[in-house]
Amino acid sequence: MTPLDLYTLAGVILFAAGIHAALARAHLVWKVLGLNVAGGGIFLVLLAASPRVDPAVADPVPQAMVLTGIVVAVAASALALGLALRVAVRTGQPFLPEDLPADLPEDLLEDLAGDAAADAAANGAGDAAGDAAG
Amino acid sequence: MTSGLDSIHWMTLVVLGPLVASMVALAGTPRTLRLGLALGVGSVLVGVGGLWLTFGGGDPVLRNPLGGWGAPLGIDLRLDGLALVMLTMTALVGAAISLYSTAYFGDISFLPLRDSPAGRGARFFAPLWLLLWSALNGIYLSGDLFNLYVLIEILGLGAAALVTLAVTPKATVAGMRYLLVSLVGSLAFLMGVALLYVVAGTLSLELLAEEGLQGPLPAAALALMTVGMAAKTALFPLHAWLPPAHAAAPAPGSAVLSALVVKGSFYIIVRLWVDVYGVGPGPAVFVLGLLGAGAILWGSILALRQRSLKRLVAYSTVAQLGYLFVMFPLLVSGDGGGWNVDAWTGGFYHALSHGVAKAAMFLAAGSMSYAVARDDLSAISGIAHRLPMTFLAFGLGGLSLAGIPPSGGFVAKWLLLRAALADGGWGWALLLTLGGLLTLAYVLMVLRYAIDRTDPPTTFRPVPRRMEWTAMGLALLSVLLGFRAVEITELLAGALP
Amino acid sequence: MTPLVAWEALPLAVVLSSLVPGIGIMLLGEEAQRARITLNLLGAVAKVVLVGFMLQGVGAGASYAWRFTVLPGLEFSLVGDALALLFVTLSAVLWLVTTVYAIGYLEGGENRRRFFSFFSLCVTATTGLAMAGDLFTFVLFYEALTWATYPLVVHRGTPEAIQAGRRYLVYTLVSGTVLVLGAVWFQVETGGVAFQPGGVVDPEAAAAQPGRYLALFLVLLAGASVKAALFPVHGWLPVAMVAPAPVSALLHAVAVVKAGAFALIRLLHSLFGIEVASDIGAAGIVAVLAAVTILYGSIRALNQDDLKRLLAFSTVSQLSYVALGVALLTPTAQIGGLVHLVHQGIMKITLFFCAGLLAHTLGVKKISQMGGVARRMPLTMMAFTVAALGMIGIPPVAGFLSKWYLGVGAMEAGMPWVVGVLLASSLLNAAYFLPVIRTAYLDATPDRWPSEGDARFGRIEADVRLLVPALVVALLALASGVFGGSPWSPLGWTELIVGRGDL
Repeated sequence: MTPLDLYTLAGVILFAAGIHAALARAHLVWKVLGLNVAGGGIFLVLLAASPRVDPAVADPVPQAMVLTGIVVAVAASALALGLALRVAVRTGQPFLPEDLPADLPEDLLEDLAGDAAADAAANGAGDAAGDAAG
Repeated sequence: MTSGLDSIHWMTLVVLGPLVASMVALAGTPRTLRLGLALGVGSVLVGVGGLWLTFGGGDPVLRNPLGGWGAPLGIDLRLDGLALVMLTMTALVGAAISLYSTAYFGDISFLPLRDSPAGRGARFFAPLWLLLWSALNGIYLSGDLFNLYVLIEILGLGAAALVTLAVTPKATVAGMRYLLVSLVGSLAFLMGVALLYVVAGTLSLELLAEEGLQGPLPAAALALMTVGMAAKTALFPLHAWLPPAHAAAPAPGSAVLSALVVKGSFYIIVRLWVDVYGVGPGPAVFVLGLLGAGAILWGSILALRQRSLKRLVAYSTVAQLGYLFVMFPLLVSGDGGGWNVDAWTGGFYHALSHGVAKAAMFLAAGSMSYAVARDDLSAISGIAHRLPMTFLAFGLGGLSLAGIPPSGGFVAKWLLLRAALADGGWGWALLLTLGGLLTLAYVLMVLRYAIDRTDPPTTFRPVPRRMEWTAMGLALLSVLLGFRAVEITELLAGALP
Repeated sequence: MTPLVAWEALPLAVVLSSLVPGIGIMLLGEEAQRARITLNLLGAVAKVVLVGFMLQGVGAGASYAWRFTVLPGLEFSLVGDALALLFVTLSAVLWLVTTVYAIGYLEGGENRRRFFSFFSLCVTATTGLAMAGDLFTFVLFYEALTWATYPLVVHRGTPEAIQAGRRYLVYTLVSGTVLVLGAVWFQVETGGVAFQPGGVVDPEAAAAQPGRYLALFLVLLAGASVKAALFPVHGWLPVAMVAPAPVSALLHAVAVVKAGAFALIRLLHSLFGIEVASDIGAAGIVAVLAAVTILYGSIRALNQDDLKRLLAFSTVSQLSYVALGVALLTPTAQIGGLVHLVHQGIMKITLFFCAGLLAHTLGVKKISQMGGVARRMPLTMMAFTVAALGMIGIPPVAGFLSKWYLGVGAMEAGMPWVVGVLLASSLLNAAYFLPVIRTAYLDATPDRWPSEGDARFGRIEADVRLLVPALVVALLALASGVFGGSPWSPLGWTELIVGRGDL
């Protein structure tokens, strides 16, 4: 296995780990970090692809892509973190409602989980108000 | 061609126009907001018009290398029948939504309103929407995978921000969730792109198509890209983020999201499967169709259980997007191993009609909520009598979605049914029929609330005429689409490889 | 004889003559009464004139068609052939009369703008499907008819009206979806959807796969039968009687149910062809269903006290005469069925006009309230009696002619049981109509009518705008029977259609 293949493999592993963190971790900042790691993994794969065309000369196209990708990642992370801050400020907790820990003020929990409850009612939780409207 | 105005100019106008307009609108004063919207709408309409003029006749595809550097190193812009149809739909619907938004957000030069959270949010609709529009147009014109990635990312960022404009906890949470889904999806897509580059050394759609991608690595790439885009298109079962997000956005924003934004990621999936990979019959398309079926059934059933008007319409979007994915198994069922043209034209005619009709419905729903200052279904009791035009607009849009003639939705349904039955696909035909009935069920549910006068709401704010007329205009367009489909279907059919 | 007007797009003009008023009225305000009435009447008169030109033209051998392509291989077509004209003439003439009636009945009420605009749209849809030259156009207008009539059914806005409307929608929309499925299947199976005399289906293909073609027929039948009020999907019709009388008149004489019957005609003759339909057993099924409906409707009518509900069940029954006639192989029976489309329309509209007169003038809605009403409203009851006698089948009113042709045709087809059904039905008709007439003429008048309106009409018994239309159509019913031999009577025209092979 050439070093290039190792880099590619490492990139794939980083990608998988990052996506896993983004999906599995509850805390919003963790999710954003996971996304950045995943992005890094992809960049690694891209860069590992660049000497394949001609081993003596590095292919500039993937490098351009990685640079662009970094810029995009910065913008996306900025938005995501800013939004995560707003979520924390407005709901008091840096989590999405479906990932909420159990100890939260009742009314806030209800208000946020109200959307999820409307979906749960469809699964037969027997919401009377839902029946009256439906 | 003789005047020196070439397709490249129109393409540039269509992408850069709204972008520049977005900057103008960012200044935030009422004047610059209106100016920005006018600039954006104007440039897109002129650009699309120009593209109609330069397209047609001999060349099925117009190709423009950006900066004179073509593939494989440079980026190509390309325009075929499909792209033109999608661009036109976005242009018309976008123009209507822009007009609507000027009235919806009111006169924000009124200072106290301007400094309120809602006022601050309102100020950003125009710049965000224009940015989004620019990205969407770019997606339709793009001939390069990485270009697509960047544009879909911009689209996702703009759309997520749009969701949060209302500044309530619900909106913020829904926007955050949407953003995360969007980012995960984009990254999956990018990984696929990277893998393709490893395999093929190029990212131009046309050159990749010529490669004939086979083997495990391209398959893995396609899987990643599809999953990523499917998440952004809210394909069942990755749909849960959509209803809260589309419902939380302000009405013109919901229209943008449901009618336009979701079509962008779907378009990319189609380009990949049909143009680049050239998929044939097999388990893959069947899975897509099956998930589409799940979307139709699950989305419609959940729509029936909703208590909020906008969430109902949002679930309807989930269901209707399912139809688009049912197109895939039908597409490959042509005789002799070719493409089933009816499925192709039917699927995209459905996308077109859905865009117009769904926008009409969200705008009308927005007007109704504007009038009674609430969103739940019980609040719109009796509104049919007070806002007859808005009610009619909602109804016409809903009927188009259900496939009732005369409407674009009916034509699309006829085509899709024909595609299914031509190959003996009775399962798909029955699914489409059932889907239509379910759609009718939830549309009629809303109409019933609107007609029933027994418990009218106490507050009623008069709705600006502009809002009523733009919704109605879109609804009428969806009816007109049911009468003359030849030109559009021929355009679409020409884009089939 | 040369056609007076040879303009090919005449069918389009006929459709537009009610579409334009329909949209125009929607745009006018609620209070623009004069403009609305003018628009309505202008459109109605224009339609009759245009249809007259088409009649004359087709009689002279001209042909009228207007098409444009919707999709490759799918056209929107309006064709003025002899069969279409039968239905269109009925619609046009009766629309004019009903417009006058409706103005008299409802112009003092609420939601007039909505009512009259959808009233016109309803007739537009009916005219459209009458002249539809292919299945696609037909389905388009057939479904549009559902939407055009719904606001009319729920016009009053009462809980019962909304409930009735809901049932109506469920029935018609579900069947409409099935109809679309059948129509697409038809196109896929046979390659074409254009109507042709003698049918589109290739007899050899049908003989090779009778089961498949029968299934196709049944799907289309399921889609069409709701509006045709065939048993067992007739239930929406009696319930829809909560609508005001002009609506019932329109639904039962001109628009919805006739559209349903017309759909059956097109299905049996213009799509499958009657021979093919008989061979695969489809015509037989229709005939049996029709017979069952005829008897069932008459039986249910027997114990109704509400006048309009009685008339509704009578419609259920009478409409199936049309279905029965066109499902038989002999031209005579087909003539009988086809002409009954017109005769039933004229007679039934008379009955509904009279029912509306009674309700509007005296508040009388039930038969038990009708004691001696003939003394108070002699002209109305005279019209009612004429039409009722026609329903029973007593000459010289038109109904007798249709039943005669049906009976003779059935005997020619070697199906004497049909004659039995006709006789039984006539007896039942007598059983429920004659008591009504007897009550009206011979029973004692009550002290006070349920709600006699304040308006006094001078020496005339009721509002002229309501009375004159009722008398006009009663006269038409009588004339259609008495002058049945003339080539310009409905019977004459029907004989022309069948004789020319245009069916």
